[in-house]
Amino acid sequence: MADSPTTDGAITGAVTTGDAEILTAGATELVAAMEAGRLSSVEITRACLDRIEAVDDQVHAFLTVDAERALDQAAGIDSRRAAGESLGPLAGVPLAVKDLFCYRGMVTTAASRILEGWVPPYTSTVVQRCVDAGMVILGKTNLDEFAMGSSTETSAFGPTHNPWALDRIPGGSGGGSAAALAAFEAPLALGTDTGGSIRMPASVTGTVGVKPTYGGSSRYGVIAMASSLDQPGPCGRTVLDTALLHRVIAGHDPMDQTSIPQDVPPVWQAARSADLSGVRLGVVTELSGEGYAPGVTDRFARAVAALKDAGAEIVEISCPHFKYALGAYYLIQPAEVSSNLARYDAMRYGLRLGDDGEHSAEQVMIASRGAGFGAEAKRRIILGTYALSSGYYDAYYGSAQKVRTLIVRDFENAWASCDALISPTTPTTAFRIGERLDDPLAMYQADLCTIPANMAGICAGSFPAGLAADDGLPVGLQVMAPVLADDRIYRVGAALEAQMEHEWGSPLLSRIPPLTASSKEGLR
Amino acid sequence: MALTPDDVVRLAGLARIELTAEETSTLAPQLDLILDAVASVSQVATADVPPTSHALPLVNAFRADEVKPSMPAAEALAMAPRAEQNRFRVPRILDEEAR
Repeated sequence: MADSPTTDGAITGAVTTGDAEILTAGATELVAAMEAGRLSSVEITRACLDRIEAVDDQVHAFLTVDAERALDQAAGIDSRRAAGESLGPLAGVPLAVKDLFCYRGMVTTAASRILEGWVPPYTSTVVQRCVDAGMVILGKTNLDEFAMGSSTETSAFGPTHNPWALDRIPGGSGGGSAAALAAFEAPLALGTDTGGSIRMPASVTGTVGVKPTYGGSSRYGVIAMASSLDQPGPCGRTVLDTALLHRVIAGHDPMDQTSIPQDVPPVWQAARSADLSGVRLGVVTELSGEGYAPGVTDRFARAVAALKDAGAEIVEISCPHFKYALGAYYLIQPAEVSSNLARYDAMRYGLRLGDDGEHSAEQVMIASRGAGFGAEAKRRIILGTYALSSGYYDAYYGSAQKVRTLIVRDFENAWASCDALISPTTPTTAFRIGERLDDPLAMYQADLCTIPANMAGICAGSFPAGLAADDGLPVGLQVMAPVLADDRIYRVGAALEAQMEHEWGSPLLSRIPPLTASSKEGLR
Repeated sequence: MALTPDDVVRLAGLARIELTAEETSTLAPQLDLILDAVASVSQVATADVPPTSHALPLVNAFRADEVKPSMPAAEALAMAPRAEQNRFRVPRILDEEAR
């Protein structure tokens, strides 16, 4: 394509099927090309849809694709742009949406049999803001069932494959959104993060993902899992793109009563700076050592050195109660899950089995929930029911809530001596599909570093920190910052991105092995 | 303290979830291991530490009490497993009395 958007030459080599120039371009570049009249939203949207068609049977990032609706939206944006209307900063840019966000008229399943085929009658605030900003919804991405998991393997509709190595997990729960980005099927995606579901997939796919401050983005219309921890957020391939999406989705929403009535932190401005002069970063002592893969530890150490080169002062900070965070999380989270998932009662929507006139409502409910929920959902509902039962409440749930206080205090102590905390995002690179599925405790370890941020409600993000020397797979660096200091996350991320591109000579994703087109061409 | 398969059956009953015998025998040892691993929280949860139920200090978010159109019944019922006379149709709820 002669008059294509300007992209880094190296990254286009990562795409050998479809229009590599469009598919590898950042959202910012796509918008510039549309404004200059070099590209239309229909062309961009069609390129993404063709790419999905060509490679998604290998990746399985998407559960639903609505090509017709996407192309309609794109055509609408193109005609509004042609008419000279003033459009939002991401107008015409395609978006992949985790299948936990309600979008009126589009099947929304939470990757559960109990919601198979469910079409919501309303749209979540976050998706509505994207639509209002002119973004084009390609479809819904795969996730662990009800977002419970760290690998996207507990989806009732089959696992998503990591585009870096198809036999590996893409992280979870938002593995579909992260894989869609890494497979160049979409330039931007939406996720939700309860214990690391945006950050951990970003880490193992070499992409960017940010969990805003709790209350910074609206939960209205997001299928609830653990309401005191859930937070929607942006996923992208570059720090600037992710910040742009953050700015579109964040901000006060009267429909969510835990939404913070304050301005969105200046994330977009922060993402344009690569200088960390005067910034003090704390390396968390407890998030290292035993259990951390050598390839991760090594890349993290080099990323810390790179941040120092960018001007940051590095200090070591101890957060002694972080080692109890995982235990507290796996009491609080299942407790909230057991309560939130009680709404799937087979009465007003969702799966209903055994309604033959012979069975009572309660029998129908029990049979429907038994058949509709997968193994992990059942495990957590039962665990939560136990943790909340009288006699055990104080020992389990009550203690976990106290640990939450201790984690908040650890963060408060840390902020007295640093601006942001850093750690690896997850202890290992992407593990193999199936490797941890029958070992819940091993699976839960993947969230070791990400959980403290959710417990305290602070903001955190994961950014590419290079490839591990031993297996060649992406490693992520996590940045954690105080409540409503989301801009610091982007400032550190942007500096790391610049340092990494300098070290590696091109964006990390230019190193991803190209996916070949499947033999099933021309289905659409 | 070990969680037995009988405990799991009882908890599943409370959560209104039917389990197969196989599920029960897999879940019991798994849940037991998980509970053992998370029990560490009680080591630091001393009496002087107040609990945190929510990360934000927000309380009572109010909005204006305005009359707005509600969702049309047809839309609310569109995804109902069964509907009748503009209502959700559910299985009988008076099981014990009826039998």
